[in-house]
Amino acid sequence: MLCCICKQKEATVHLTQITGDKMQKVDLCEECAKTKGVNDPTGFSLADLLLGLGASQEIEQAAGGGEVRCPKCGFTQGDFKKSGRLGCPECYKTFAEALEGLLKTMHKGTRHVGKAPEALRQTRDLSDRLKTLQKRLAKAIEVEDFEQAAVLRDEIKMTTARLSSPAP
Amino acid sequence: MDIHAFLISPAESAQRKGPFDRIVMSSRVRLARNIRGAAFPGWAKKPERIKVLEMIRPAVISLPEMKDSFSENMDSLSTLDKQILVERHLISREHAAKTAGSGLVLNRDETLCFMINEEDHLRMQALRPGLQLKQAWTAIDQADSQLEKRLEYAFAADLGYLTACPTNLGTGIRVSAMLHLPGLVLAEQINPIISSVNKLGLAVRGLYGEGTEALGNVFQVSNQMTLGESEVSIVERLEKVLSQIIEHEENARASLIEKKPKIVYNHIGRAYGILANAHSISSKETMNLLSLMRLGVDLELFPGVDRALVEQMFMTTQPAHLQKQHSEKLSAEERDVLRADMVRDALKAVSRPVAKPSAPGSAGLDKQDK
Repeated sequence: MLCCICKQKEATVHLTQITGDKMQKVDLCEECAKTKGVNDPTGFSLADLLLGLGASQEIEQAAGGGEVRCPKCGFTQGDFKKSGRLGCPECYKTFAEALEGLLKTMHKGTRHVGKAPEALRQTRDLSDRLKTLQKRLAKAIEVEDFEQAAVLRDEIKMTTARLSSPAP
Repeated sequence: MDIHAFLISPAESAQRKGPFDRIVMSSRVRLARNIRGAAFPGWAKKPERIKVLEMIRPAVISLPEMKDSFSENMDSLSTLDKQILVERHLISREHAAKTAGSGLVLNRDETLCFMINEEDHLRMQALRPGLQLKQAWTAIDQADSQLEKRLEYAFAADLGYLTACPTNLGTGIRVSAMLHLPGLVLAEQINPIISSVNKLGLAVRGLYGEGTEALGNVFQVSNQMTLGESEVSIVERLEKVLSQIIEHEENARASLIEKKPKIVYNHIGRAYGILANAHSISSKETMNLLSLMRLGVDLELFPGVDRALVEQMFMTTQPAHLQKQHSEKLSAEERDVLRADMVRDALKAVSRPVAKPSAPGSAGLDKQDK
């Protein structure tokens, strides 16, 4: 059997992974296995998770050179497969789609909860406040408390203005 | 400045006390932060790493809590110096392998430590003796809030703090405690405990963190998930789990003493016997035996002996600490001999363990503080 990447050398590294009812098989020669970082079975399954597809297919694509590259730092998906680390903060945007599944399996949620830098915290607080105000406004209208609704409308106006203007 | 002149002496360090320090050796909270627009250290070229280092280091040094701190580039520290910092749990093994473009800032009492250009641009940690996770979190939160005024962090509203490895994404927090669990190990209850802790999404690791074995019955418990849960909730969750582990360990010790006292006395007596009489002993064996001696002190089988004596040996018998006390380069065999000499000497004034716990405070020996 020939290596599925270089298609020249005899494949000596055979990886099989069963996820759910799907079986994935990759056959690589020793050299390609090393360069793709699949000699470490834990690293391999991580890569598989990231791609969420049959790895052999993706590896072929990677070898074909048609892979995504971070415009900011030049990092590729192949690099991620090798190291398990990303190249720069911008990579999270570049590889957002591919990362989504991985983050889901890795963490409790996919949205950040907790501390944020002060400047952003203010924006977040304001937008949270806006949401509550809008809810209260809807309720006030529902019970026909128009006096209260008018107060809330003004508050919403002010909060929206503060949100759209840059931090003081 | 010389790192050795700066570091707290092992004797002094072993004296540090904290809540539940019978079982919880130390608490730690670490935050991972990165600079916006800069490639992560593992991908950045050397000039870029140096640029980031030169941006972060002054910002860290300027913190009021970092007054009189020790600050050095990793390439100016010798391998031995770095190893000593690892043995003291002040830097990671990964950071010890770094050279040019990475740095370290450590405060006077070794409670705050900043690793620059480790896996992330900035890894900052607060350390406390005993169980003090909340205090550690407050301390590092404060330092972080100060730093964000001077450094522009890579942060996204939806994903939080952006980190080199997606496993740290979000809060970038790792809350951990180092636990001494000889009771659970002796009672063969440790594995079910580890697997139930794992099921709660927490990691259990060995003495030196990721990928290390649990030498000396010391285990590190830490959170694994960083995205989708707030820092405070992570700290509280870990605290709850830790208090349960503490309870299990205390119960295991109590029931061992009650039901299998001979097994306990046998282990501790043999540990003492070897430590007090060996002429060559490896670091690994020393740690495992010191762990049993520590248990003996906790169970009051060594009347009058302070836990600090064991704690100090735990530190000074490790390879780099041992090497540091000798000017010539030692081989592993030479170290084993010197280690045994040191331990024998330290235990000279410690009598062999009593078979029944004596009443606390009964004077048998002076404290062995060196």
